[in-house]
Amino acid sequence: MELIVNGARHEVDVEDDMPLLWVLRDVLNIKGPKYGCGIAQCGACTVHLDGEAVRSCQLAVGDVEGEITTIEGLGTPEALHSVQEAWIDHQVAQCGYCQSGQIMQAASLLADIPAPTDAQIDEAMSGNLCRCGTYPRIRAAVKSAAAKMRET
Amino acid sequence: MSRLGKIARRTFLVGSTAVAGGVAFGYYSYKKPLTNPLLADLDADQTALTPYLRIDQSGITIITPRVDMGQGAQSIQAALIAEEMDLDLAQVKVDHGPPSSAYYNGAVVAEGFPIAATNYGFVARNARAFGDVVGKLMGLQITGGSSTVPDAFDKMRKAGAVARATLVQAAANRTGIEVAQLKTERGGVVLPDGSRIDYMELAPEAAEIDQPSEVTLKPQSAWRILGRPVHRIDVTQKSTGTARYGIDIEMPGMVYATVRTNPRLGGEMLALDASAAEQARGVIKIEPVTGGVAVIADNTWRALQASNMIDFDWGPAPYPAEQGDHWDAVAAAFTPGLQDSRFKDEGDVDAALSSGDGIAAEYRVPYLAHAPLEPLNATVLFKDGRLDIWTSTQIPLFVMDSVSHFTGLAAEDIHLHVEIAGGSFGRRLEDDFVRQAVEIALVHPNVPIKMTWSREEDMTHDFPRPLAIARGRGAVSNWQVTSFDLGIASPSVTQSQTGRLNQSVPGPDIAIVAGAWDQPFGIENYRVTGYRAPPLAPVSSWRSVGASGNGFFHEGFLDELIHAAGADPLEERLRLCWHEPSRKVLEAVGEMSNWGSDPGPNRGRGVAFTLSFGVPSAQVIEVSDTPDGLRIDRVFAALEVGRVLDPINFENQVQGGIIWGLGHAMQAELTYADGQTEQENFDLFETMRLYQAPEITVRGLENDAPVRGVGEPSVPPAAPALANAIFAATGQRIRELPLNKHIDFV
Repeated sequence: MELIVNGARHEVDVEDDMPLLWVLRDVLNIKGPKYGCGIAQCGACTVHLDGEAVRSCQLAVGDVEGEITTIEGLGTPEALHSVQEAWIDHQVAQCGYCQSGQIMQAASLLADIPAPTDAQIDEAMSGNLCRCGTYPRIRAAVKSAAAKMRET
Repeated sequence: MSRLGKIARRTFLVGSTAVAGGVAFGYYSYKKPLTNPLLADLDADQTALTPYLRIDQSGITIITPRVDMGQGAQSIQAALIAEEMDLDLAQVKVDHGPPSSAYYNGAVVAEGFPIAATNYGFVARNARAFGDVVGKLMGLQITGGSSTVPDAFDKMRKAGAVARATLVQAAANRTGIEVAQLKTERGGVVLPDGSRIDYMELAPEAAEIDQPSEVTLKPQSAWRILGRPVHRIDVTQKSTGTARYGIDIEMPGMVYATVRTNPRLGGEMLALDASAAEQARGVIKIEPVTGGVAVIADNTWRALQASNMIDFDWGPAPYPAEQGDHWDAVAAAFTPGLQDSRFKDEGDVDAALSSGDGIAAEYRVPYLAHAPLEPLNATVLFKDGRLDIWTSTQIPLFVMDSVSHFTGLAAEDIHLHVEIAGGSFGRRLEDDFVRQAVEIALVHPNVPIKMTWSREEDMTHDFPRPLAIARGRGAVSNWQVTSFDLGIASPSVTQSQTGRLNQSVPGPDIAIVAGAWDQPFGIENYRVTGYRAPPLAPVSSWRSVGASGNGFFHEGFLDELIHAAGADPLEERLRLCWHEPSRKVLEAVGEMSNWGSDPGPNRGRGVAFTLSFGVPSAQVIEVSDTPDGLRIDRVFAALEVGRVLDPINFENQVQGGIIWGLGHAMQAELTYADGQTEQENFDLFETMRLYQAPEITVRGLENDAPVRGVGEPSVPPAAPALANAIFAATGQRIRELPLNKHIDFV
């Protein structure tokens, strides 16, 4: 089947029920999305499907209709997305394992709601688990990114 | 050092673990210079001026022997070297380096002695120095016990200063200009005329020069990196999905494995039916491993899927099958025969409480999982008698040793590559998963194999933080706490953890009472007794180890007594506290939280203090009792760490430790049924989510020496500060974790 990931077309020969996460990681070698729980409880696998945040561990590749963006497609160290810039400015990451998912979730939130309230941030971001406890910095970074994205 | 004398001659306590087999080389061996392990593997164009530095034409690599698990270990280790060498952090690469006894950890050994951090006496100082001797002689390369910074602070700065002095000497030799006229900045030597020679260019010449034995460290006033808000070296990688963890390793020809072993830990696999799994797409082989099987496939998901198609018949657990029996065994341990320690015994508690009209209470804390977000994994390749292992571990030399023993391979044929970790919290002080991967490699040689545990395998095969029960008795008079007697019963982490290394430690287990016996309070009659419950489920070190539960016991019960006395919780703690740096953190949180002011209707403040890992740590927590449940509004934290070396990471670590402590205290526990944990994934092991996270204000104090580590000390006071705040807001005294057994949270 054909997949469009970060703007590139890929032909993959896998079972329809293989989760997108594992197609990305083990077939296409795109390692930004992470395996954390496999049951959509932690959000480490979050990617965008046509701009919407989805849990790729629970999305069968056969059900994918649309373009996939992973953190690698959001921005790179040389060309950062505003959310990534805010994540760096606030030094959010500790172990960093959840942060690809957190950033993809936040980017999706800000694309939908450019000036989210605290309650909207809480609601959008609470499906993404961080065992290190970087939540105060995630909150601050989301707000900074929102402010910056509104300016530009 | 009388207690040290009880430790068997060839066995030493190491933090919460112990190690046997050390040989007493004596002081001469301790003073002998260490071999630089980098020299063994150096390419022709590389130089290694110290064990912490590899220089070649592509740049400068700083070796950071303590593993980065999210605590920022690589950044701070690099900063210590870079500060003295006048390197910019942005200029350097980092590498965990080879496992080597040159990277011994002296501080983690010192932490294992039953000597309070507030004891500055002769014996205490000598015991700590002895810890460094033991650490060096035994070559203990361990990351843990909040010891990275205390261990590295002088050692790595000196290594940086030696490298700098040698490079400057090389520049002097080359140019004929006196050393005194040369300066260093941004990775090079600057000549009086302003021209510069890069370190990279000077390194080969520097390698030929005898290094100075004495160097002068920069004064704190000259620091450019330490103490300043710098960017962690890994922050861009970790914000762009480009950081590479062990689970991300790919190699040509790689195959992918997962394992299923008996979730009744230590139990046997009696039978299995793998016929369906063998036929599943992508499955290459199903191989036996100790206690179960490994499924090898052409990708990780196919291995996971196939592993779920296998029918297993698991044997019984070698410990009680049901949670209630675990509690009963701990509750039955409060007997003289099982008394393990009584390091604190001041005044006459028995006489003071003999009237029987004192205050009594029982507290409980449950088993808890480490559950680092990156499921445990290891990549292995066994080819032509050489074994390569890529994984993240806190104990690289133990892993080498253990793998060498069970494979029969010589140490020089085992190559361990230490990766950054997606969390650990103590889990990677165990080598179970690495040994499994090696077992697979031995029966499936010549191809690289990445073994990844499912989350379910991870949570059901953890060695959790042990459950514990505390029984307090106390008395008050004239608005003061006068008697405090705390007994704590728990299975021994040290016994369980060292048992898996085929070691045993005679003498008491400090972890049973850590964070309770060693608190800097002067109570007239004051006693803390540890009771060693029999081994139950296998247990291990969990962020802040014994103090993780004992902080809740000590500070919860002390709060009860203070309220019974009619005193103010902060004022009475200050009255009781004789240790000036500890008083200062209590005063700081009082000031930060505006303690004493009216918190408003349905709101309350709680305070707690725990000294652990040498760090006095105080917190005030404010909560609101709302119609939707209890909400944690704000946390104020102050910690004394000697010196705040990396202010941003300091704040991040403290905030993270508080969220760790609060999240588990609110709503997490592991319980056993039918011999295995009932919780298999995050849906049943809920810790804190973003919407529950309070605002956390952090202050680092610098009134004491030496410099301390901050990965763990913010954890212990979080749970009791919350429980004490709940009491203040609602009048409900909760003596059992998780708190949501008794109260609903927002």
